[in-house]
Amino acid sequence: MAEGRKRRIHFSKLYSFSCLKSPFRDGHSQIGNKGYSRVVHCNDLDNPEAVQLNYGGNYVSTTKYTAFNFIPKSLFEQFRRVANIYFLVVACVSFSPLAPFTALSIVAPLLVVIGATMAKEAVEDWRRRKQDIEANNRKVQVYGRNYTFVETRWKKLRVGDIIKVYKDEYFPADLLLLSSSYDDGVCYVETMNLDGETNLKLKHALEVTIHLRDEKSLQKFSAVVKCEDPNENLYSFIGTLHYDGKEYPLSLQQILLRDSKLKNTDYIYGVVIFTGHDTKVMQNSTDPPSKRSKIERKMDKIIYILFSTLILISFIGSVFFGVETKRDIGAGRYRRWYLRPNNTTVFYDPRRATLAAILHFLTALMLYGYLIPISLYVSIEIVKVLQSIFINHDQEMYYEETDRPARARTSNLNEELGQVDTILCDKTGTLTCNSMEFVKCSIGGIPYGRGMTEVEKALARRGKDRESEVDGGSSDFLGQNNEAVDSWHPIKGFNFRDERIMNGQWVNEPYPDFVQKFFRVLAICHTAIPDVDKESGEISYEAESPDEAAFVIAARELGFEFFARTQTSISLHELNYESGKKVDRVYQLLHVLEFSSSRKRMSVIVKNEDNHLLLLCKGADSVMFERLSQHGRQFEAETRDHIKRYAEAGLRTLVIAYRELDEEEYKLWDKDFSKIKSSVTEERDALVDAAADKMEKDLILLGATAVEDRLQKGVPECIEKLARAKIKLWVLTGDKMETAVNIGYACSLLRQDMKQIVITLDSPDILSLEKQGDKNALAKASLESIKMQIREGILQIKSAKESSDTNKGSSSGFGLIIDGKSLDYSLNKILERSFFELAISCASVICCRSSPKQKARVTRLVKLGTGKTTLSIGDGANDVGMLQEADIGVGISGAEGMQAVMASDFAIAQFRFLERLLLVHGHWCYRRISMMYPFLYLEGVEDILFSWPRILGWMLNGVLSSLVIFFLTTNSVLNQAFRVDGKVVDFEILGVTMYTCVVWTVNCQMALSINYFTWIQHFFIWGSIAFWYVFVLIYGYLSPAISTTAYRVFVEACAPSGLYWLVTLLVVVCVLLPYFSYRSFQSRFLPMYHDIIQRNQVEGIEIGLSDDELPKQVQGKLLHLRERLKQREL
Amino acid sequence: MSVESSSTSVAVTDGQSKNFRKPKYSRFSQQELDAWQPILTPSWAISIFTVIGLIFIPVGLASLFASESVVEVPFRYDDECLPPDYKDDALEYIQNDNINKTCTRNLTIKNKMKAPIYVYYQLGNFYQNHRRYVKSRDDKQLRNKASENDVGSCSPEDYTSTELGHKPIVPCGIIAWSLFNDTYRISSNNKDLVINKKNIAWKSDQLAKFGSDVYPKNFQIGGLIGGARLNESIPLSEQEDLIVWMRTAALPTFRKLYGKIETDIEVNEEVMLVIENNYNTYEFGGRKSLVLSTTTWVGGRNHFLGMAYILIGGVSLLLAVGFLLLYVMQPRPLGDPSYLSWNRNPGSLR
Repeated sequence: MAEGRKRRIHFSKLYSFSCLKSPFRDGHSQIGNKGYSRVVHCNDLDNPEAVQLNYGGNYVSTTKYTAFNFIPKSLFEQFRRVANIYFLVVACVSFSPLAPFTALSIVAPLLVVIGATMAKEAVEDWRRRKQDIEANNRKVQVYGRNYTFVETRWKKLRVGDIIKVYKDEYFPADLLLLSSSYDDGVCYVETMNLDGETNLKLKHALEVTIHLRDEKSLQKFSAVVKCEDPNENLYSFIGTLHYDGKEYPLSLQQILLRDSKLKNTDYIYGVVIFTGHDTKVMQNSTDPPSKRSKIERKMDKIIYILFSTLILISFIGSVFFGVETKRDIGAGRYRRWYLRPNNTTVFYDPRRATLAAILHFLTALMLYGYLIPISLYVSIEIVKVLQSIFINHDQEMYYEETDRPARARTSNLNEELGQVDTILCDKTGTLTCNSMEFVKCSIGGIPYGRGMTEVEKALARRGKDRESEVDGGSSDFLGQNNEAVDSWHPIKGFNFRDERIMNGQWVNEPYPDFVQKFFRVLAICHTAIPDVDKESGEISYEAESPDEAAFVIAARELGFEFFARTQTSISLHELNYESGKKVDRVYQLLHVLEFSSSRKRMSVIVKNEDNHLLLLCKGADSVMFERLSQHGRQFEAETRDHIKRYAEAGLRTLVIAYRELDEEEYKLWDKDFSKIKSSVTEERDALVDAAADKMEKDLILLGATAVEDRLQKGVPECIEKLARAKIKLWVLTGDKMETAVNIGYACSLLRQDMKQIVITLDSPDILSLEKQGDKNALAKASLESIKMQIREGILQIKSAKESSDTNKGSSSGFGLIIDGKSLDYSLNKILERSFFELAISCASVICCRSSPKQKARVTRLVKLGTGKTTLSIGDGANDVGMLQEADIGVGISGAEGMQAVMASDFAIAQFRFLERLLLVHGHWCYRRISMMYPFLYLEGVEDILFSWPRILGWMLNGVLSSLVIFFLTTNSVLNQAFRVDGKVVDFEILGVTMYTCVVWTVNCQMALSINYFTWIQHFFIWGSIAFWYVFVLIYGYLSPAISTTAYRVFVEACAPSGLYWLVTLLVVVCVLLPYFSYRSFQSRFLPMYHDIIQRNQVEGIEIGLSDDELPKQVQGKLLHLRERLKQREL
Repeated sequence: MSVESSSTSVAVTDGQSKNFRKPKYSRFSQQELDAWQPILTPSWAISIFTVIGLIFIPVGLASLFASESVVEVPFRYDDECLPPDYKDDALEYIQNDNINKTCTRNLTIKNKMKAPIYVYYQLGNFYQNHRRYVKSRDDKQLRNKASENDVGSCSPEDYTSTELGHKPIVPCGIIAWSLFNDTYRISSNNKDLVINKKNIAWKSDQLAKFGSDVYPKNFQIGGLIGGARLNESIPLSEQEDLIVWMRTAALPTFRKLYGKIETDIEVNEEVMLVIENNYNTYEFGGRKSLVLSTTTWVGGRNHFLGMAYILIGGVSLLLAVGFLLLYVMQPRPLGDPSYLSWNRNPGSLR
C-alpha cells in the first residue's frame, strides 16, 4: 500500500496549470457577518458552545407531509380544485333545509372522492418516506469519544463529527476534507448526482491537516471552522479553518458534498460541516412544480362551461319558480291552494316571492349539481393509476442490463404522452451511452477497423449506399472477419476489429514503424491513471474523458499496455516487433501540454530509453494539418479523406502526429517554458499557450483515430419512428459543436442532404472584440451578428421553400445548429421570436454548449412558443431544469445519478423505450382519458381527439339524447294505463323506466364507440346493464323504510308491463340510430386514422402502431349513469 | 436522492436477484388480452339497419293495433258541470257548501266496451310534483300506529290548531289533505253500473306502506278543509283512494284510477254520469276529466308508441336502402389510405 501511495503521490501535480493554494479572497473578510455566521467546532462535540449552536442533525426528509400536517395540508391541496370547493359548499348547505335531498347523498360522494385522492397522496408520500428511511439509516464510520471509529447511521451524524468514508461510498453530509489515503491529501470525487458530470473531480485537503491520517493523530485534533450559512450554491464555498491558533482559508477545493461519491481513493477523513437539510444538495432540491396535463386544464374549462350551464338552468328555473309562486296569492285568494301558500315557509312564500326565488336558485344549484361530475375526478384518478401500472409493468420497457422497468412517477400526465409535439433531448447518457469506443483508425494512409458504426448500420438497413464502407477494407477480408467476430469478446471502450494489426499482426503491415509510433502516441499522450487489479493483474484506467480512456484501452489491446505512471515517467509493456517479445519500456515524462478548447490538441514531451526526445501530439484535424512538416505530409491526402469519411459516419476523429526534438532546441524551450509556467502574471495562460505552440510544429503525420460516441441501442430507429409520428426532436447538449453534429449524423437527425444553418459567435470579429475585453461592444456586436445570422437563416429557408414549390423538388430540410453563447443572445427578448421562427421551420435543431439553465429556457421557449406539448428527456442533474420546465419530463434511469429521475414524471431505462411510451402508451392513455368525459369519448391521434368542436358535439349529443329519452318515455307511457290492469304511471315508475333507458343508452353508446372488445369491456358494459336490473330488484326488496319510493317498483309495476320493455327498446334504438348511422357513414366515407389501421390489421396488414386496446372506461360509464339518474329522478 | 441509486448498485452486483424488478407477465398487465374488434363494414351496417326495420315495423304495427282496439271515453267536466249562473264566478260556486254540486250528464258510448272498464279521473295543471307537495307526508306515520306523532315535514297539516288541542293529524301533510273528493256514479238504462273501488291501489302500498292498524285521526277537522274526508273506522291500508292519491304523479297532467266497472257497455249505449263536482280546480285553472277506458296488453289508448316504432323501423329500412345504393354506386376498398385526412390535402401538414 505504501508503495502504491508513493507511486501516486504527486499525481495531482500533473494537472499542470491547476492552482492548489486557495488564497483568501474577498469573501473571507465577511466571515462572522450576516450570511457567514456558521461556526463548526470540529471533533469537539461536548464543547458547550457547540452544544449551544444546536445545528440540526443529519436526518433528511423529502416527504411532502408529516404525520401531523397530513390532514390539513392534503385537504388544502384537494380543495384547490374548483369542483371540490363547489361540492364542499354544497355539502355544507345540504345540512340546511335548502337541500333538495338528504345531506348524506351529497356528503358521501365528496368524502369518497376526497378520501380516495388523499389515500393516493398518502401512499405516494409513504414511498418517499421509505426512501428517506433507507438513506437516513445508511452506515458510516464516525470518530467516537473513545478515540476510535465506530459505525453509526447517517441520521445520527452531527456537525463537527469526524468521519471516515471509503472508496465508492457516498458522502453522508457536506464535509471538510482533512486527509485522504494519499500522502498529499487529495481525493477524487464523482459529482454525477449534483451536476451530471461523469468525470472525476480532484479535491485537496489543506496542508496542515494532511497528517491527520490515523486515529491517534485525530485524538488531539481540534479546530473551529467558520463559514458561510447553508446555501444552494454548488460552486462556491467560503470559510476559514482556525487551527493551532492560525487561520487557513477554505474553498470548495476542501469541501466534499453530500451525494457525491468518493472514487479512486481508498478512504478520506472529513469533518461534518453541513448536515441534513443544510447540505448544498438538499438546499438545491426544490419541490418539483406541479404539472397539470392539458386535458386536465381543458377539463377545468369544461367544468366552467358546465357551471355556467348549471347557473343558467338554475336561474331560468328560479325565475319561473318565482313568477309562479308570486301568483299563488293575490287579492286574498290562494291560487294553488293545495300547496297551502297561506301557511308556508320562506322557501315557497308567495308574499316574499323574490326571496323564495333566490333560495330556490340555491336549491337548484344543488339539485342540478350532478351536472358537475364529482366522481369524474376519482374515475380519472383510478384510470390514471391503472395506466401507470400498465406503464410500470410493460415488459417491453424493461431493461435487463440495469434491471430497470419503466416508472410512471406521476400519474397525472399519462394522457399527455399521446400528444407530444416536440421532444427536447439531452445527448450524453440519453442518446449516447456516455462511453467512447475506439472503432477505426487510419495509419500511414491505410484505414483499419471493421466495426460497424450505428450510422453505417443505419445506412445498411436503408439499403442504399451499401458500397460506402468507410473502412475501405473490401470483401476479401470478409471470411477472416467472421472468424474474428466469433472469438471477439466485448471490451468496454473498444470495438475495434481488424486482424491485420491485432494480435501483433501489425508487424507485417507495410509501415510497421508507423503503426508502432501511432499506438505509442496513444499509450503515452494522455493524462489517464492506470489502476491495476492486484488479483487478476488486469489494468483499468481512470481518465479525464471517456475519449482518452478509449485511446489508452485501444493501445493496450494492440500491445502497448500502459501500466504505470509516476510524476516523471510513463511505463508501457510493449511489443518489440523485431524480436517479437514483450518488453517494458519507461518513457521519461518531461512536459504535458494540456488540452484546451482553444488549442484543440494535446502534447507530451518524453524522452525514450534511447534518449531521444519526442513530442507526441494528438489533436483536431483543423489545427493539426497546418502543423505538419514538409516531409511529414506523406499520407496527408489519404488521411484527410479517411477523416472525412469517419466524420460522415458520425465518428469523432483526432489526428495523431509526432516529432523528434533536437536536444538543444528543447533545452532552450524548456527554460523558457518553465519560466513562463512559474510566472504569476495575468497573461500566463496565453504565454503558456504560445510557448507550447512553438514546439508543436513540424510534426510528422502518423494517422487518425476514430472514436464512436456510442449511441444507445435502438436510438436511430426510435428517432426515425418518432419522426414518422411527426414528433420534432431538439437536441440540447453541453457538448462541443463538432461532437453534437457528429451525433446528429449518427442518429439521423442530420443527413447529408440537409442544409445546415449554423449560428455561432466564433467569427474572427467577435473573437477579436472578446480579446479587447470591451463587454458592451462585445455584447452589441454579438447581438447584431446573431440577429443577422438568424435573418439569413430565415431567408434561406424561405427561398428554399419557394424554389421547392416551383420545382416540385423534394426539399431536403434544414438543420439548425447553435452554440451556447449564441443561444444566450438568441434567447433574449428581442431575438426570441425570430429565433423561434427559424428553429421551428428547421427539421432538426441542435443546441450545443448549452448550460442547464439554457436548456430550461429553450424548453420554455418551445413550450410557450408552440403552445403544444413538450417532452424533455435527460439523465443528468444538469437536465433537471429542462425536465421540470417541460410539460413532461422523462428521466433516464440507467445511469447512477438519480437527480433527473427524481425530477422527472416518467423514468425509463433507455431512450428507445420512449417510442413505446409515447406511441403506444401515450396513445392509449389519451384515448382512455378522452373517453372518460361525459358525453365524450374521443379518438384519433392528434389534437382532434379532444378538440372543442368534438367536446361540444358530444355535449350536444348528450342534451339531444336526454331530450329524446324524456319525450319518448313520457309520451309513450303517460297518461293512459300502462298495464292491462289499468294502473297508471306515477313518478316512481316513470323514474325507473326512464333510468332503464338511460342505462341502456349510455352503455350501448359506449359499446358503439369502442373499437376493441376484450372480456373486460364485455364484462363492464353488459355487466353495468345487468347490474342496474339486479340493483332495482334488490333495492326494491329492502324494507320501504330504506327503499322508500323504489319499493317493489320494478317487480310489481315495471317488469310485468309490456310497455316498459317496449319503451326501453324504442328509446335505445332511437337515441343511438343517428350516431350509428353517422359512424357507418363516416367509417366508410370519412374514415379516421384508427378506423383504417384497425381495418388493415384485421386484414393482416401491419401498420405498426397500436395492436390491441384495453380501455377501462368503466368509471366513466358509472358516472354517466349516476348523473343522468339524478337528473331524471328528481 | 441517492437512495435509489445505491439500491440499484446492490441490485446489479447481486447476480442472483438480478432481474427482480422485471415486471411480471400477465396478459392483463401487458395489455395482450384477446380482443374482438368489430368493424362497421357497409354490409354490417346495412344488415343492422334492415334487422331493426324488420323488427320495429311489426312491433309497431302490433302495438298500434292493440292501442287502436282500446276504447277510451274522456269527459271533461270542470266547465261542463259549472252551472251557467256561475260561469263568471266559479270560485263562489265551488266554495259555497250550500250550492248543490251534483252534475248529471248523458254520454253515448260509440264502441263496445268490454269489462273491465276502468274509470279514471284526470287532472290538468295540478302540480302533484311540486317539491313542497311531494315532501309533505310522513311515510313512517302512514306505516306504523306507533309513529302517529311523527309528522316530519307535514307542516302546516301536521297538528290541529291549538283550539282543537294541537293533536297530530293522521295522515298528515298536504298530499293527504288535498285528497281528491269528486265522486262518480254511472248508470245505464236506469241500472247502476257498479264502480268497484277495490284493488285500485298497488298491493305493495297496501301491504307495506300504509298500516292496517293506522286509522285516520284529526283529519280535515277545523281550519281549512282541503279535499276529501276519510272514514276514521277504516285503516289506511284499506283507504285505496288515499293510497292512489298519495302515489304522486310525475307531471302536472295525470290520471288516477277511480274504480272498475265490471260489466260491458254495448255499442251506442247511453250512460248517465252523476258527478259530485266538489274538488276545487277553478282556483288554479285546473282541468278535470272523467275517463272510461278499456285496456289491452299495451295498456290504455296511446298511438304514440306504435307510431314511433313504425317510424324508426321505416327510417332504418330507408337507411339500409340508402347505404346499399351508396355501396353499389361508389364501392371503395376498405382501408384505402387515400381517404386519410392528410392524404386528402397534402399541403395542410405543419
